[in-house]
Amino acid sequence: MAELLQRIDLVGLLAATLVTATPLTLAALGGMMCERSGVVNIALEGIMLTGAFVGYAVAFTTHNLWLGVLAAMIAGTGIAAIHAVLSISLLVDQIVSGTVMNILAVGITGVFYRNFIEQATVAGPGTLPHWNVPLLSQIPVIGPIFFQNQFVTYAMLVLIVVVHFVLFRTRWGLRTRACGEHPRAAETAGINVYFVRYVNVIASGALGGLGGAYFSLQQIGNFLPNVTGGRGFIALAAMIVGKWTPLGAFLASLLFAGSDAVGSRLQIYGVHLPIQFLGMLPYVVTIVVVAGALGRAVAPAAVGRPYRKS
Amino acid sequence: MSRRWRQLLISAVVVPLASVVAGFLVGALAILVTGSDPIQAYSALFAGAFTNHNAAAETLVSSIPYVFLGLGVALGFRAGLFNIGAEGQFYVGALAGVFVAFSVHRLPGIVEVPLALLVGMAGGFFWAGIAGVLKATTGAHEVITTIMLNYISFLLASFLVNTKGLLLAPNVSTPRTPDVDPAAVLVTLIPGSRLHAGLLLALIAVPIVWFLIERTTIGFRIRAVGFNIDAARTAGISVRRTIVITMGLSGALAGLAGIVQVLGVNKHMTDTVAAGYGFDAIAVALLARSNPWGVLPAALLFGALRNGASFMQLETQVSSDLISIIQASVIVFVAAPVIVRWLLRLREAPVQTLQITQREEVETTS
Amino acid sequence: MDLDVSWGEVHALLGENGAGKSTLMNVVYGLVRPDSGEIMVDGNRVEIGSPLDAIRLGIGMVHQHFMLIPPLTVAENIILGQEGEFARGLIDVERAGAAVRKLSSDYGLAVDPRAKVEGLSVGVQQRVEILKALYKGARILILDEPTAVLTPQEVEGLFRIVRSLTDEGKAVIFITHKLAEVMAVADRITVMRQGKVVDTRKPAEASLAELARMMVGRPVLLRVERKPARPGAALLRVEGLVVHDDRRQVAVDGVDLAVRAGEIVGVAGVEGNGQDELVEAIVGLRRLQAGRVVFDDRDVSRKSTRERLHAGISYIPADRHRLGIVLELPVSDNLVLDHYGQPPFARWVVRQLKAVRTYAQRLIKAFDIRAAGPDQLVSALSGGNQQKVVVARELSTKPRVLIAAQPTRGVDVGSIEFIHQQIVSQRDAGLAVLLVSSELDEVLSLADRVAVMYRGRIVSVLEGEQIERERIGLLMAGVA
Repeated sequence: MAELLQRIDLVGLLAATLVTATPLTLAALGGMMCERSGVVNIALEGIMLTGAFVGYAVAFTTHNLWLGVLAAMIAGTGIAAIHAVLSISLLVDQIVSGTVMNILAVGITGVFYRNFIEQATVAGPGTLPHWNVPLLSQIPVIGPIFFQNQFVTYAMLVLIVVVHFVLFRTRWGLRTRACGEHPRAAETAGINVYFVRYVNVIASGALGGLGGAYFSLQQIGNFLPNVTGGRGFIALAAMIVGKWTPLGAFLASLLFAGSDAVGSRLQIYGVHLPIQFLGMLPYVVTIVVVAGALGRAVAPAAVGRPYRKS
Repeated sequence: MSRRWRQLLISAVVVPLASVVAGFLVGALAILVTGSDPIQAYSALFAGAFTNHNAAAETLVSSIPYVFLGLGVALGFRAGLFNIGAEGQFYVGALAGVFVAFSVHRLPGIVEVPLALLVGMAGGFFWAGIAGVLKATTGAHEVITTIMLNYISFLLASFLVNTKGLLLAPNVSTPRTPDVDPAAVLVTLIPGSRLHAGLLLALIAVPIVWFLIERTTIGFRIRAVGFNIDAARTAGISVRRTIVITMGLSGALAGLAGIVQVLGVNKHMTDTVAAGYGFDAIAVALLARSNPWGVLPAALLFGALRNGASFMQLETQVSSDLISIIQASVIVFVAAPVIVRWLLRLREAPVQTLQITQREEVETTS
Repeated sequence: MDLDVSWGEVHALLGENGAGKSTLMNVVYGLVRPDSGEIMVDGNRVEIGSPLDAIRLGIGMVHQHFMLIPPLTVAENIILGQEGEFARGLIDVERAGAAVRKLSSDYGLAVDPRAKVEGLSVGVQQRVEILKALYKGARILILDEPTAVLTPQEVEGLFRIVRSLTDEGKAVIFITHKLAEVMAVADRITVMRQGKVVDTRKPAEASLAELARMMVGRPVLLRVERKPARPGAALLRVEGLVVHDDRRQVAVDGVDLAVRAGEIVGVAGVEGNGQDELVEAIVGLRRLQAGRVVFDDRDVSRKSTRERLHAGISYIPADRHRLGIVLELPVSDNLVLDHYGQPPFARWVVRQLKAVRTYAQRLIKAFDIRAAGPDQLVSALSGGNQQKVVVARELSTKPRVLIAAQPTRGVDVGSIEFIHQQIVSQRDAGLAVLLVSSELDEVLSLADRVAVMYRGRIVSVLEGEQIERERIGLLMAGVA
C-alpha cells in the first residue's frame, strides 16, 4: 500500500491540490461575504488580478513580502470599494459594475506593469517562505499536505473557519444574512442595509486581494499580465457549488483544483486522455448545480437587487 | 426642439459622448501617473488607429467582430438577458463554421460562404440556447451559465483543434485547423489591406437586427418581456419561449462574428482566435445603449482603440492595456448617468440607471 | 389627517386597499417620510427618521407581508437588530433561545426558538412577528392586515393575544379591511378612504352596513343608464374551481359560476377573498388545483393564456401598471399588446406598423383617450387614460367574454363613467361580462347578477330585487 502511494505520489497530489485550491477558496470566501449581504461580485477576477499586481509591486519596491501581502489586500478593497459605490449607491446593475471592474483591473495592472516592473532589471522579491509547523509537519500524510505550506495557504485554512464563524455565529453575520435574504426586513429591524453591504463588499475585496497575493508572492514570485487566468470565475463557481458556505466552497475548490492537478499529472505521465474534458469539470458541475439538478442551490434571496429605501 | 427630442438627444448622444470624453480623461490621468505624456500617447493612438498606412482599414477590420458581437449582446439586453458568453459563442460558431469551410470543395463561393456563415450562426445559436433553455426551464441565471459555457467552449476548441482526426490540420507546427477552402474566403475589399467583405455583412446586420427588434413580432415579444415580464405574460406572450429565442439569436450573432473573423482574417482556426472580442462586446452594447444603430459608432470606437493601442505602445511605452482603463471608465459613466449629469450640470439627463437583467424568477408553471 | 390612539386600547384603522392605511403606518414606523405633519408619543413631539427611531420609541409593527427572514431561526429573527447581550462575540444561541422561550410563555405565544421560519405556518410566523416587536420593547403595536392570511381559529387566537396586550396597557393599532373583525376586537374604529379619515366611532355606535358604506362608498353615486339584460346561453362557466395563492394556500375554494351572453355578473367582496386568484385562473395565469374552466362549451383548462385570449376571452387586469400596460411602449403598441401578431397588425412575422397606427388612431378617438397621438409613450398618459387604453384594447377585439378586474380603480370620475358605458353597451351587444370590483357602487350600478365572494367561496348569488346594498354589505362581511 505504502509503495503504491509512493508510486503515484498521492500525498504530493493532495498537497498540490490544497495549494492550487488556495486562491479559489479565498476568492470564494470573499464572494460569499459579498453575496450573503445581497451583492453579486463577479469582480473577483479583477480583484485578484489587482491584488496580485499591487502585492508584487509593493514587495518589489520595499523588498518586504509581508508589506506586499498587506498591499494586495488593500488593493483588493480598493477595487471592491468602487464596485460598492457603483452598485450600492449609484444603483448600477451589479453585473455591469463587476464586469467593468474586471476590465479596469486588466487596464490598471497592464499599464503599470509595463511601466514599473517589466523593464526592471533587479531581482524580484522571491516567494513567501515555507513554514513547517513543528511536530505536526512530521505526521505522515497529514503533515506534508497541511503543515508544510506557505503563508497564504495557512491563511486560507484559518479564514475558512473565521468566515464560517463570522457568517453563522456572530451578530455581524446574522445581519449580513438578513440583508442578503430580505433587506427590507433587515431595515425594519433597525439595521442599516447600506452599511452592512458596503462593509461586506469591501471585506470581499480584502479576501480576493489575498487570493491575488497567492499568485505573485507565493506561487511564482513574479507578476505576469492576466496571471489569474479566470480563477476568479472558478471561485464564483466554487462558491455556488458549495452553496454559499465556507466549508462547501472549500470542498468545491478542492474538487476543482484536484481535477486540475490530476490533469497535469496525467499529461506528465503521457496518458492520452483528453485533459480538456477534465478541465471542463468545474464548469459543467457548476451548470448542473445552478440548474438545480443536484438539489437546489439556494442563492441569498435578494442577491443582485439594488436596495432602494422607499 | 420638443422636450422629447431634447431628452432623446441627451440620453442617446450627449451622455454617451460625454462618457467617452470622460473615459479618455481618466485614461490621460493614468498616463500621467505612469510618467508619460498623454498628448503624445493619444496622438500615437490616433495615428495607429486612422492615419498610418492601412491603419484605417485595420481599424475597420477590428470593428467588424465588435459590430456582430455588440448587436448580439444588445439583443439580449433588450429582453433583459445578460449574455456574458459572447466570447464562447464566438468560438463555437467559428468552430462549427470552419469545419464546414475547410471540408467543402469545388463549390462556388456564393454557396460556400453562406453555408459556412449559416453553420457558424447555428453553432452560436445552439451554444447560447443552452443557457436560454436552462434559464427558461430551471431559472438558472444566464450570467453564471454563460460564464461557465465560455470556459467549456475554450476547452472544447482546444480539444478539437489539438486532436488528430478531428479539426487538427496535418503537418503544422502550432496546432490549428486546416485552411478554409479558397472559395469560402471572404473577398478583400481594398487590395493590399486585410479589409474584407465582412464589413459589408456587418453593415447589413445592423439594419436587419434593428428591423428584427423594432419591426417584427419576435422583436415585439423581446421588448415586451424586457420591459415588463408580468404584463407580457398577462398579454399571452410565452416568456419562456421568448427567453430561449432571444438567447439563441444573441448567440447566433456572436457565432457569426466568429466565422466571419475566420473566413475574413485568419482563414483557419487556432484556439486563441477571439482574444477578448466577446468580453469587449458587453462594453460595446452598453455604450450603444442596446440600440443597434448605436452599436456602429461604439464598435468603431472599440476597433480604433484596439488597433491604435499597439502602435501607441510601440511609440510611447504606454501599455496597450490603457484602452481597458478607458473602456471601463466609459462604461461607468454610461451605466451611472448620475455622474455625467452631475459633471455637465444637466437637469434632463436620465437619472435612472440602466436596467438590464431581469431579476424576477421565470415562473415554471406558465 | 389626524389620528389619536390611547394606551390600553385597540384602535382599528378600517379602509379599502389603497385608502392610505399602510402608508400612514409606514410613516409612523419610519419607513416613509411624511411631507408635513407631526407625530407625538406621550404628548411629546418626536422625529421618526428610521425604523430604529421607531423601535427606540417603543413602536413595533407587524407588516402585512411578514418581515421575517425565512432561512433564519425564530430566535435569530427575533433578536435581529437588537442582539445586545446575546451577541458579545459569538451569538449565544442557547441564552437567546431561552429568552425567547420565556417571552413566548409570558404572552402565551408558543413558538420553538430553534425552528427555521421557512418551515412555520403563517399563523406561527405571525406569532414570531409579534414576539419580535415585544422583544424590542414595543408599547405601541401596529398590526397591518394581520388576519389576511389566517384561518378562523388562528384569528380567534390573535384576538386573544391582542386583548392580553391591551390589558397590560399597550396600545394596538389594528389595520384591516374586514368589517366583522373590527366589530369583534376594536375599542374604537377609524374609517379611512382615499387618504382621509371619514369618521371615528365606537363599535356600539356603528352598524356593519354603515361601516361598509363609509369604507367603500363613493361621494358621487354613479348611475349608468341600462336596459334590463336579455341573457343568452352561458358562455363562460367555472366548475368546482380550486386555486392556490402565491403562498400555496387555498385561495379559491370550490367555486362554481356561469356567465351568460349579454349579462354582467358582478363579483362583490372585500379584497383578498380569492377574487384575484379566480380571475387569474380563468385566463390561464394561475394553475388549477381542481375543477375546470369552460368557454363556449369547450374545456379550456389546459389552454395557454394566449390561446384563451385569442379564442375570445378579453381580460382587464386589476393591477394596471404591473400587468395591463408596458409603460415604456407607445400607446399604439399597448393597444395591440395581446394581438400584435395577428393580421392586420402583422404579416408573417413582420409587424404592420401602419395598420397598428391606423387602428390605434381609431381607438384613441372611439374611446376618447387623451393622448398626443399613437406614438406617445403610454407612461406619459394620466391614470384614467392609461386605463382607457387597456379597456379599448380589450373591448375592440370582438370578445365574447370580458373579465374585468377593478376596471376603474384609480381612475377619474369622467373616465369611470365612460368605461362603464362602454361595458354596458358591449353587454347589450351580447358580451358576457365578469366584473370583479371591490367598489360596491360599481357592482351595484353595473351588475345584472351579483356573486358575493367571501374566503374563497361564492357565498351567494343575488338577482334583480335581491340586489341591495345592505344585504351585500352583510354578505361581504361574512355575517349573513
